Amino acid sequence: MRRAEFAIEWALFACALVSVGTTAGIILVLTVETLAFLREVPIAEFLFGTEWTPLFATPRFGVLPLVAGTVLVSAIAMLVALPMGLLSAVYLSEYAPPRLRRTVKPVLEILAGVPTVVYGYFALLFVTPLLQRVIPGLAGFNALGPGIVMGIMILPLVSSLSEDAMQAVPRGLREGSYALGASRMQTSLRVVVPAALSGITAACILAVSRAIGETMIVAIAAGQQPRLTWNPLVPIETMTAYIVQVSLGDTPQGTIEYRTIFAVGMLLFLGTFLLNLASAWLRERFREVYG
Amino acid sequence: MIKVRAERLNFYYGATRALQDISVAVQPNVVTAFIGPSGCGKSTFLRTLNRMNDIVPGTRVEGRVLIDDADIYAPGVDVVALRRRVGMVFQKSNPFPKSIFENVAYGLRINNMAGSRSELAGRVEESLRQAALWGEVKDRLHESALAISGGQQQRLCIARALAVRPEILLMDEPASALDPIATQRIEELIYDLKQAYTIVIVTHNMQQAARVSDYTAFFWLGRLVEYDRTDKIFTNPAEQLTEDYVTGRFG
Ligand SMILES: Nc1ncnc2c1ncn2[C@@H]1O[C@H](COP(=O)(O)OP(=O)(O)OP(=O)(O)O)[C@@H](O)[C@H]1O
Ligand SMILES: [Mg+2]
Repeated sequence: MRRAEFAIEWALFACALVSVGTTAGIILVLTVETLAFLREVPIAEFLFGTEWTPLFATPRFGVLPLVAGTVLVSAIAMLVALPMGLLSAVYLSEYAPPRLRRTVKPVLEILAGVPTVVYGYFALLFVTPLLQRVIPGLAGFNALGPGIVMGIMILPLVSSLSEDAMQAVPRGLREGSYALGASRMQTSLRVVVPAALSGITAACILAVSRAIGETMIVAIAAGQQPRLTWNPLVPIETMTAYIVQVSLGDTPQGTIEYRTIFAVGMLLFLGTFLLNLASAWLRERFREVYG
Repeated sequence: MIKVRAERLNFYYGATRALQDISVAVQPNVVTAFIGPSGCGKSTFLRTLNRMNDIVPGTRVEGRVLIDDADIYAPGVDVVALRRRVGMVFQKSNPFPKSIFENVAYGLRINNMAGSRSELAGRVEESLRQAALWGEVKDRLHESALAISGGQQQRLCIARALAVRPEILLMDEPASALDPIATQRIEELIYDLKQAYTIVIVTHNMQQAARVSDYTAFFWLGRLVEYDRTDKIFTNPAEQLTEDYVTGRFG
C-alpha cells in the first residue's frame, strides 16, 4: 500500500517534471538562439528598426513592422471581442434566466474549441470577400478580416471568463443594491461589474495575450508583407505569421535568417508571458476580496 | 391605520413551504419586532415585504401584502419604486466594494437624489451620524468600505439604507455584530426614527426586542404563533409556546 502510493506520487511528479522540463527547454533554446542572433544584430536595430527584410540580399532586421502587424490585428480583434464579450457576459450573468445560462455556456466553450485553421479559412474565403463588397480598396490579404474573425474567436473566452467573475460576486451585494431601489441595469453596471472588475480585467488581458499569440488565422489570411502601417486594408505580417513562414521555408539551420525566428519568438514569449502574469495576479487579487 | 398588512401569506422555496398562512398588520410609526428560533422564517417574511425574494430563483408567493392598502404583488407594480420606499438592512452586512462615502451616496445617486456636491456630502454625513458611525469614519470617508470592521460595516449598511429616507425600514438583526455601545446607539436610533418611519426589526435578543419594540410577532416553524403588544408578549402571552420561548425554556 505504502509502496503503491509512493509509485503514484513519483509518477505524478514525473509528469509534472516533463511539462516543467519542456518549458525550461523552450526558454533555454529561445535564450541561446536569441543571444546568438543579438551577437550579429545590435539589439537597438532589432527593437527599433523600421524595416524587416531578413531574407533579402541586403537584409534589415528591424522588428517593428512585425510588432505593428501583431498590434494592429490584435487591436481589431479586441475592438470586436471586448465590447461584445462584456455585454454578453453582463447579459448572461445578470439578465438571462438560469436555464438559458446553463445551455449557452457550454456552447460558448465549444466555439472556443473550433480549430483556428477553420477560422483562418473563414477569414480568407468568407469574411474578406464579404468586406470587399463594402470596402472597395480592401486587398485579398489584409488585417481587417482576420482581425474581425480573431475577435469572434476570442469573444467566448472574454464572455465566459467575465461571466465567471460576475457570478462570483456575492448575491448579497446585488440585494444591497436592489434594496436601495436600483434597477437591474444600475445594479449590473454600478455594483456587479465594478466588484468583478479585476476578474474582468484578467479575462481581457488573457484575451489580448491570446490575440497576440494567435497564429493560424493571420498566417492564412493577413498576408506575408511586413510593413509598418496602421492601415488595416493592406497585406501585413504578424510576428507569429513570420515564424510560420520561415519555419516552413527552406532556410538552412544556424544561419542568421534562421535565428530571426527565435529572436521574434522570444519577443512574443516575453510579451504574452508578462500579460499572463498580469492576468494571474489580478485573478489572485480578486480571489482575496471574495474568498 | 395600518401601514403594512400581510394576508394569508404563503412562501415557497421550490417545493418547501417556508411560511404558512401569515396574516399580520403593522402600524405606522411604531417598531415591530419579529422573534423566533433560527430557521423559523423571520428573514423570509421580512424579505417578502420589499419583494427581495423575487431575485431568489425558484421561489413563489401566495397571498397578499398590502402597503398603504395597495397590494405590492399585484401585476404592474413597480418593484424598483417599492424598494425605494421600503428600505432594508440585511442580516449579513453587505457593503459595496467602494469607498465609505460612495456606499452611502449610492442610493442617492441611483435615485437622482444626489443634488449638488455639498448637498450630497451633507446627506452622507447626516446618514452616517444617524447610524452612529460618523465619528469613526469621518477622516477616512474615501477609503474602501471593506477595510472597516464588521460592526462598522453593519452600521454603514444602516447609514446606506437611511440615506434614501424610506418610509419603512426592515432591519434583519442589525445589531448582531455590534458591541454593547454601538448596539445602544442603534437602539436609540431606532427609537428616534420611529417618529418618521415604520420599523420592523428581526432580533434574537429578547431584551432588545423588549426594549425597542412596541409590537412583537413570534414565529415558529414558518407560522406566526402570536402577535401583540410587546409588553403583553413578554409578560402575559396568550400561547404557551410563546411563553416558553420568551422565558428561554425552549428545547
Ligand atoms: N435561499 C433559500 N433556499 C432554500 N431554503 C431557504 C433559503 N433561505 C432560507 N431557507 C429556508 O427557509 C427557512 C426559513 O429561513 P429564514 O432565513 O427565513 O429563517 P430565520 O428565521 O431568518 O433564521 P435565522 O434566525 O437563523 O436568521 C429555513 O428552513 C431555511 O432553511
Ligand atoms: Mg434570518
